Amino acid sequence: MGILEVKGVNKRFGGLQALGDVNLSVAENTVHAIIGPNGAGKSTLLNCLVGKLIPDTGSVMFNGQSVLGRKPFEINQMGISRVFQTPEIFGDLTVLENVMIPCFAKRDGAFRMHAIEGVQNERQIMEKALAMLDDLNMADKRNMHSASLSRGDKRRLEMAMCLVQEPQLLLLDEPTAGMARADTNNTIDLLKEIKEKRDITMCIIEHDMHVVFSLADRITVLAQGTPLVEDSPENIKGNPKVREAYLGETA
Amino acid sequence: MFGLDKKDLTLLLVVALLTLLAPFILNPFPTGSGLAQFNAGYPDLMQRFVIFGIFAIGFNILFGLTGYLSFGHAAFLGVGSYSAVWMFKLLSMNIIPAIVLSVIIAGLFALVIGYVSLRRSGIYFSILTLAFAQMSFALAYSVLTPITNGETGLQLTLDDPRILGASATADGSIPVTNLFGLEMRSAVNMALGPWNFTFSAGYYVCAVVMLLAFYLAIRIFRSPFGMMLRAIKSNQNRLNYTGLNSRPYTLAAFVISGMYAGLAGGLMASMDPLAGAERMQWTASGEVVLMTILGGAGTLIGPVLGAGMIKYFENIFSKINDNVLHGWFAWMPDGIEDLTVTLIHPFIGKGWHLTLGILFMLVVIFLPGGLVEGGQRIMRLFRRRKATEDDQTKAKQPAE
Repeated sequence: MGILEVKGVNKRFGGLQALGDVNLSVAENTVHAIIGPNGAGKSTLLNCLVGKLIPDTGSVMFNGQSVLGRKPFEINQMGISRVFQTPEIFGDLTVLENVMIPCFAKRDGAFRMHAIEGVQNERQIMEKALAMLDDLNMADKRNMHSASLSRGDKRRLEMAMCLVQEPQLLLLDEPTAGMARADTNNTIDLLKEIKEKRDITMCIIEHDMHVVFSLADRITVLAQGTPLVEDSPENIKGNPKVREAYLGETA
Repeated sequence: MFGLDKKDLTLLLVVALLTLLAPFILNPFPTGSGLAQFNAGYPDLMQRFVIFGIFAIGFNILFGLTGYLSFGHAAFLGVGSYSAVWMFKLLSMNIIPAIVLSVIIAGLFALVIGYVSLRRSGIYFSILTLAFAQMSFALAYSVLTPITNGETGLQLTLDDPRILGASATADGSIPVTNLFGLEMRSAVNMALGPWNFTFSAGYYVCAVVMLLAFYLAIRIFRSPFGMMLRAIKSNQNRLNYTGLNSRPYTLAAFVISGMYAGLAGGLMASMDPLAGAERMQWTASGEVVLMTILGGAGTLIGPVLGAGMIKYFENIFSKINDNVLHGWFAWMPDGIEDLTVTLIHPFIGKGWHLTLGILFMLVVIFLPGGLVEGGQRIMRLFRRRKATEDDQTKAKQPAE
C-alpha cells in the first residue's frame, strides 16, 4: 500500500477525456515520476492531487485519507507540498520571511491571529528557517528581496519553502521546464541531495527524460489520459510501447 | 522599548513629538501677519488631521498590507459616528462609551460586509465594497430615518434620555461631550508675542488616541500576522499551497481596518456630536484611498502624512480667494496683477481640488511610493553627498 493511492480517476473537460481510469500507487520514500507527451494529462492529474481540480469519478487517498473535496491549504496541512512549474514565491518578502511563512503554517495551522507579538520573538521559527536556508546554501541571501533572486535561486527557495514543512509527499510540476542544461543539472543535483538526506516521497511530473532517468525509482507513463505502463526506469527504457508513444518522438 | 526595534521606536517618538507639539508647529506665522491664513494650528483642523490620520492608518492595514482596495471604508466611519451620537443621546456625554460602541459596531459591520465582499478579489472586491457603502449611505439617507434622522443628520436634543447624565445642563442647554468632566471644547490660549497658540482638550484626546492607534499599527505591521498579510498581497496562490487559509487573514485585516474607521468616526462625533449620511458617501471612501496612496501605501507613516496633506489643502487652500490674491500681488502693475490673479484663480478657493489633483498625479507618476518615497529620496541624496564628502576628506588625508 503506497502513501498515495489513485484509483479509477476520470476527468472530462467537455468532450475531452483528460484522464481515463488512472490508477497510480506511490510507495513511501521513493521518487515516482509521471511522464508522457504533451496533452497526456500529467498536469490534470497533479491538479487533482492538490485539490485544484476534483475528478469526476475515482478516489485519491493520501495516507489512507481521501484528499478529494479538500482545499489546497487543507491538503498541504495533510502533508503534501507542491513545487510549481515556474517558481511561486513571495516576491515582495525577503528570502528569510519566505521560508518563515511555511514554518508558521506547519506550527500554527491554516490560520492563527498573532497580530501583536513581534516576528523577532519567534526565535524557533527563525532558527528553523535559517537552518533550512543554510542546508540549501542560501543563508547569505536571507535578507535579499526574493524577487531579485536568479531563477535557479528562486527554484531553490521554493524547494526550501516546501522542505521546511517536512512534507511526507513532495509534488514537483516540471521542475526543470524552460531551464538551460546547466540549471537543469543543478536542479537534479539538488533533488538528489534532498532524496539522500531526507525521508521524503517525491512525485515528479516531467517530460525531460534526462531528469527522469537520473532521479526516478519508478516511472508511470501516461498517454492520452491513461497510464500506459508503470515500471522501473531500466524497463521503461527498453519498453517498445513507451518508445512508440513517447520516446520515439523525442529520441 | 514597547516591543519595537530601534527604527520603529524612533518613528513612533518622532510622530508623538510632532502630534504633541502640533499647536506650535502648525502655527508658524504670527497672528495678524499676511501669512497667518496658512496657519493650521486651530483645534478644529488639528482634530481633523489626527482623526483622518487614524482613518488612513486603518485603511492602510487593509490596502497597504493585503492589497485589497476597499472603496467603501467611509461606511464604517459613518456607522461609528452614528453609534457614538446614539451613545451621547442615550447614555451619557462621556466619550469613552461612545467610542467603544462605535468601534464595536463598525467591527461588526465590517465582519458582515467583509465576509461577503472578500469572496472576490481585485476590482470585484472594490466594487462590492463600494456597493455596500453606497447602500449604507442610501439607507441612512432615507429608509433608516428613525435611526439616522435622514437628511438632517443625527443631532443631540434637550429631551434625550442620557440615563447616566443630564438631559440638559442647569442653564437649559445641551451638555457638551467630555472625558470624565474634561470638556472636549475647552481650550487654553497662549500668547507669545505676536503668536497665539491654542491647546484644545479635544485635540489632545484625539492625538493620544492616534498615537495608540499608530503604535498598534506598527505592532501589526511587524507581527507574523502582518507578514502573512504581505504574503497575501505578494502571492496568494503560493500562500494557499503553503497550507494557509487566506480568507480569515483578509477578513481579520478588513475587520481591524473597519474598526479603525469606526474609531475615527466615533472621535469625529465626540468632537462635534452630530452625524450625517454624507460621511458615508463614496467620495469620502475615495478620499481615504487618495490619502493612503498620496502618503505611501504600505508604509507606516505615509497614510498620516497623506491625511494631513489633503486636509490641509481642503481647509487652507480653499480659503484663498481672489481678494487675497489681489492683496499678494498688489505690487505688480495693474494689468499684470489681474492677469496673474486670473491665471491662479482656477487653482485656489473652490478650485483646490484641481491643485490637489495635479499634485496627486505628480506624486503617482514621479513618486509611486508616495510622499514617503519622496522623503527617502531626499535622505538618500543627503547621505550620498555626505558620503562623497567623507570620501574626499579620506582621499585628502594621505596627502597630509
